[in-house]
Amino acid sequence: MEKTQNNRAWLLLLPMLAVVLFSAIIPLMTVVNYSVQDTFGQNVFFWAGLDWFREILSSDRVHGALGRQIMFSGIILAIEVPLGIIVALSMPKRGAWVSVCLVLMSLPLLIPWNVVGTIWQILGRPDIGLVGYTLDSLGIDYNYTQDALDAWITVVLMDVWHWTSLVALLAYAGLRSIPNAYYQAAKIDQASRWKVFRYIELPKMRGVLTIAILLRFMDSFKIYTEPFVLTGGGPGSSTTFLSVDLVKMAIGQFDLGPAAAFSIMYFLVILLISWVFYTVMTNIDKQEGM
Amino acid sequence: MAKITLDNLAHSYLPKPAGPEDWALKELDNVWVDGEAYALLGASGCGKSTLLNIISGLVQPSQGRILFNDRDVTHAPTAERNIAQVFQFPVVYDTMTVRENLAFPLRNRGAPEDYVRARVQTIARMIDMEDRLERKARGLTADAKQKISLGRGMVREDVNAILFDEPLTVIDPHMKWELRTQLRALHHEFGHTMIYVTHDQTEALTFADKVVVMHDGRVVQIGTPQELFERPEHTFVGYFIGSPGMNLLDAQIDGDTARVGGHRIALGGQYDAVAGRTQIGVRPEYIRPANADSGGLPVTIRRVEDVGRHQILRAEFEGTGIDAILPEGAGVPADATHLAFDPAGINVYADDWRVAPRKVTAAPHREAV
Repeated sequence: MEKTQNNRAWLLLLPMLAVVLFSAIIPLMTVVNYSVQDTFGQNVFFWAGLDWFREILSSDRVHGALGRQIMFSGIILAIEVPLGIIVALSMPKRGAWVSVCLVLMSLPLLIPWNVVGTIWQILGRPDIGLVGYTLDSLGIDYNYTQDALDAWITVVLMDVWHWTSLVALLAYAGLRSIPNAYYQAAKIDQASRWKVFRYIELPKMRGVLTIAILLRFMDSFKIYTEPFVLTGGGPGSSTTFLSVDLVKMAIGQFDLGPAAAFSIMYFLVILLISWVFYTVMTNIDKQEGM
Repeated sequence: MAKITLDNLAHSYLPKPAGPEDWALKELDNVWVDGEAYALLGASGCGKSTLLNIISGLVQPSQGRILFNDRDVTHAPTAERNIAQVFQFPVVYDTMTVRENLAFPLRNRGAPEDYVRARVQTIARMIDMEDRLERKARGLTADAKQKISLGRGMVREDVNAILFDEPLTVIDPHMKWELRTQLRALHHEFGHTMIYVTHDQTEALTFADKVVVMHDGRVVQIGTPQELFERPEHTFVGYFIGSPGMNLLDAQIDGDTARVGGHRIALGGQYDAVAGRTQIGVRPEYIRPANADSGGLPVTIRRVEDVGRHQILRAEFEGTGIDAILPEGAGVPADATHLAFDPAGINVYADDWRVAPRKVTAAPHREAV
């Protein structure tokens, strides 16, 4: 067939380009602009080169936030992925309870993030909160506003409560797609329950689990609302994660230059990690398609 | 290795079956002889997979008992029955190598490692995968995977029976023949009781010592391929086995003759009075074109189809189609207006079930199949 060559077709891309321009490119360029300039107010800017980047890279405060961030993502992945798999394995495979379970599992996912923060903030309060009051009555000294460890436990618990069901639902979908013949063959082969999990269920869930890990990693790495509402980053800076710190720097202190440099590096880190995930995932697909 | 007895066995997938149509498997009383190769043949949905899964213990029957060598295993789990089963679609453990896949059933039973090695080697040679033993099973083609499934089914020597559930569906035609031959060879060598489910009559007839024909949840006949051909016990067997299937004509039986629409046809035996809907069944192999003088049934000849090995004559008698197979190179005589039936090849049916003659007067002789 003869291909029609009409360069005016490019014009059809203009609306899309305009949207991307306003939603992504212009804001991003503003940030880039801030990151290489300094100002003393009155909207007067002068060139600062890479100073802000150097400052951020050597800043103990940013290092601390990054360390906490990595620790947080690591902990919640280590809890939510195995827990989600266990929940998915124990969910019923058919019958009326399937829908009940699915609805119950989706509930935490439907709650707005700041509400989740508020729920746990109230739950944990030693004076009126169910969890805080009960623990204190039992003689356990629990106070998430003053004790860093308690604050961490609460933040992690909140995230596990909020997001484990996402992993569970994805894992459940993976499990449901395994043909019955595999289980029957395993019975014939006299495979133990562990071997069924290790050699049938886990390999078949690999695809959805990779997606679950990617989603949970990205979300937890940019977590902001819940710890902000719950602890405000405290006590001290013990639960100040990257985005909490970034907002403090940009809007609290109005250090636009460093904050802009910070955001760009934050963005690059996420981009890098997403690229690694993407590469790993496409490699898996390639192996499976072989 | 075991003799398998089905005692008053029936199964329904519904909790409270009411009418006969609710039963996937209607009452069965059969003994499957130790060491024979059986083919379970029937159309889709006739209950053959259900029966297979009951034997392997994957499905619990609604009623009746199943015995292995006179031991009741009706409620025994699959593992206790020591059965191997191969499924319709390949089931391989993706993350394992081919060798680990084949060794899996042996290792799960704690077989010594040098025995596992030797046995895996034997099976690998049989399924022609010796050169790929160290490869991951994941990347293999569907028929290679199914060969692994077959291999895993055959790797244990001490099984009571090996069950095959349409195992060659995904295999290339030329491989089908080869694998079936290998299964036959394996059966001769080790003498396992084998049950092979299929809806392909060629597969059933070439694989099995005995073919079990199932229809609508019932076993309608168990017999050797020759018995199924010459003496179909049920009209379904006549229709399902053979290509084209058996011709059926409504008739009245009178001693050693049948009357079909006012014409008399000689039968191969003496019959008592027959009750119910009476039909005669004649395989196309036992019908010859004839002219008006030599007698037979006057028919309208519609067409002749050449299917390579022989020709099929399609004719019609009072609205009922009749097929006849013409021997190679014979052709249809120009003056053919009638069809002559070989008396020995005629069976009598009452309400679809074969009626045995009181006395046989003509033995069947097959000229062409």
